[in-house]
Amino acid sequence: MTLGSVDLHPWFLENAWLIPLIPAVSFVAILAFGKRLGAKAAWIGIGSVGAVWLLALGNVFQWIQRVNGFRATESEHGAPEGHLEAVSAFGRSVMRPFSEASHHEVAFVEPITRSMSWWSNGGMSLDVGIRIDGLAVMMLFVVTTISLLVHYYSTEYMKDDRRFTHYYAALSLFTASMLVLVVADNTVQLLVGWELVGLCSFLLIGHWWEDKPNSSAALKAFLTTRTGDIGLLCGVAMTYFVVERATGTGSFNIGAVNEAAMSLGHEGLAKSLLFWCAAGLLLGIIGKSGQFPLHTWLPDAMAGPTPVSALIHAATMVVAGVYLGARMFPVFFQGFDIAGGGVNLMAAVGGITVIIGAGLAFVQRDIKKVLAYSTISQLGYMVMALGVGAWSAAIFHLFTHAFFKANLFLGAGSVSHSGAHHSFDMVDDMGGLRKYMPKTFATFMIGTAALSGFPLLAGFFSKDEILATAGHNGFEFFMYLGFIGGGMTAAYMTRCVWLTFFGEYRGRKHAAHGHDEHSHDDNGHTEPHESTFPILMPLYVLSFMSVFAGILFAPMLKDTIGSSIFSKFPEWVEPGGDGSLFVSFIHPEFSWKDPLLATLFAAVGFGLSYLFFWKKAFMQDATQKNKALRQGKTFLENKYYLDHLYTDIIVGSVKGPIARGAYWVNQNIIDAVLRLTGGGVRKVGQFTYDVLDQKAVDGVPNGLAAITGAAGGSTRNVQTGRLQEYALLILSGTVVLGGMVAALVWAS
Amino acid sequence: MYLNQFLLLSAFLFCAGFYGVLTRKHSVLVLMSIELMLAAVNLNFVAFGAFRADVVGQVFALFVLTIAAAEVGVGLAIVLLIYRNLKSSNPDDLDTLKG
Repeated sequence: MTLGSVDLHPWFLENAWLIPLIPAVSFVAILAFGKRLGAKAAWIGIGSVGAVWLLALGNVFQWIQRVNGFRATESEHGAPEGHLEAVSAFGRSVMRPFSEASHHEVAFVEPITRSMSWWSNGGMSLDVGIRIDGLAVMMLFVVTTISLLVHYYSTEYMKDDRRFTHYYAALSLFTASMLVLVVADNTVQLLVGWELVGLCSFLLIGHWWEDKPNSSAALKAFLTTRTGDIGLLCGVAMTYFVVERATGTGSFNIGAVNEAAMSLGHEGLAKSLLFWCAAGLLLGIIGKSGQFPLHTWLPDAMAGPTPVSALIHAATMVVAGVYLGARMFPVFFQGFDIAGGGVNLMAAVGGITVIIGAGLAFVQRDIKKVLAYSTISQLGYMVMALGVGAWSAAIFHLFTHAFFKANLFLGAGSVSHSGAHHSFDMVDDMGGLRKYMPKTFATFMIGTAALSGFPLLAGFFSKDEILATAGHNGFEFFMYLGFIGGGMTAAYMTRCVWLTFFGEYRGRKHAAHGHDEHSHDDNGHTEPHESTFPILMPLYVLSFMSVFAGILFAPMLKDTIGSSIFSKFPEWVEPGGDGSLFVSFIHPEFSWKDPLLATLFAAVGFGLSYLFFWKKAFMQDATQKNKALRQGKTFLENKYYLDHLYTDIIVGSVKGPIARGAYWVNQNIIDAVLRLTGGGVRKVGQFTYDVLDQKAVDGVPNGLAAITGAAGGSTRNVQTGRLQEYALLILSGTVVLGGMVAALVWAS
Repeated sequence: MYLNQFLLLSAFLFCAGFYGVLTRKHSVLVLMSIELMLAAVNLNFVAFGAFRADVVGQVFALFVLTIAAAEVGVGLAIVLLIYRNLKSSNPDDLDTLKG
């Protein structure tokens, strides 16, 4: 295939390694100079992320050019022959149940890969490099955009914070690590980035570690995600053997792993290898992306500063799991036999998470926890979408969700910062803020509408695409689960908006001091007021994206209006190809059934919630009267007792015996060994002190000092300070030297 | 005329100058003795220059005279300042640098 119109060396794509490097340098710079610069240190971070954002934009443009170049070449020459044979050679069509739709094959767009050897040992070499394809470019754009907005927002939100420079250093480190993860070209590098973002998450959740709940939340987040990372580590190790099994030589390279996964058959050892590899990676996703049953850390992670929640725990880090799922999709596709339909582990985990996350969002008093459970639920959608083979829809939902959920989080931060004396309690400290903060209110409403699937906004299109593809691929059960989840989303967001912005203001109008967040002094904060520009500007940008991001993948508009802009997202992001390097996807024909059903469910959710919470129209005392409902509410309020299960039952039962055993070993064995070694070491130490240290080691410098002192004392007599004595000494010196020269001359 | 007559005269002048530097109790006399030593050196230059029929020796002597004039200017200024500060021009009193 000739590539006449394709730029073979696009600068931005080939130099994408700069993108993680710049924030890493900024991290070091902020640590080194931050304290001296004070509040100006933020601008190091903003400057570096701004530069990275421009690079990411360059990547976006060059990638689009590249896609167009490849696809244009392909339409000129037609699909090369042999593709169909390659598919049938594996004995099955790649998307068996999906193949009924007309299969229009598009060219595989070659990703840009550059790598160098990190280390090699015994013939196995580990690379570090970049792999830039549509998915990575999309992610680069999302991460840098949200990061830039959050950096700017934080200049106001974190003003006068006691660890302002540390905060910005951690933000820079987080951005760098996330970008390392995104551009990684092998699974080990991806794992490195993955753990680094986990570390930054830990640092930033525990930013105000003086308060015990904050540091506990940070630990919980770290340890819970680490539980999932055990699976991830096994999965990553197994990717090596997947490639070894397919080609004979192992490799961690993502492209090689995907190709190997596509080529491995569905029988015997290969099948179970792929299954366990996929299961391990899925466990990592469950931990990182807050999936049931390891989602419990995410609501607690709200203890961190709100911009951090928006950046890390809504838009970027938590979707790293989804990104991994999309990046390594062939492994899941083959391991879980997604093409076969029915129920698979991935779709099941996602589906359960959609419902339980949404359910928990109903009973929260804290606005950020509502959003956190909502994030869990939306992440559930993404994982479910991957599980049902709706790859493009999953990452499109990732794309739109990043904008509207960051919008909501930053909006909640604005509400708390300026309207509720740094509290996040909707029931006690908010209410009626619509009047005080109209701009925040407007942006929050846009975010809410986009999240709830209000027609023509971003969330509407992305969620519909997931459900339509799920139905088309033969996963009707998950499609209806998604519809119900959509209704619940609309309902809990209605409650949240009602409590925050409508009704009467319930906060203390004359609060002397904020109590919930940080030591920011509220002088003049006697009344809720609108936030300032650095807080509002990101909200405007994100609201804009929440409204318009959806049109890039809108089959409904494509069907009715017909412009090609409405299908650009899958065109740019999907790798294409014949299914030998990556799964090739088929999009369902558009039908009006899905958007109408989704809107109906959302409207019902909104309506019921409106009547119940807003108008108090029915069943206000239901939980008092009805025992089952009361128990249900208690069940929800206790978060399905999962925290109790983890801390009391699992940790408790493991901790008790292990702790007792460890205590016994400690007392009887380790202590004895320690006493013996301790005594021995003490004797050796005493000897060393007496002989070596006091006599030999100390003797040398002491002796030197004494000699120097004596020499000085004797020579100081010469320094009389008298001019003529010096002249005499000079004369005698000259005479002696002259005599020596004369003697030498005579002697020769 | 022999060269050694000049050299002997020069050596005598040098020793006399050096003796003055070592023994005089007045800074100005010490300076004058230094000038005497310089004159002895100049005499050597001129004598060697004439003996070797080389004009460089006399040119050198002219340079030394110029430098000596400048040096005397600086030296006298220093003597003046020392006298102002210590009310003495005896070099024996200048022993603040005693070790």
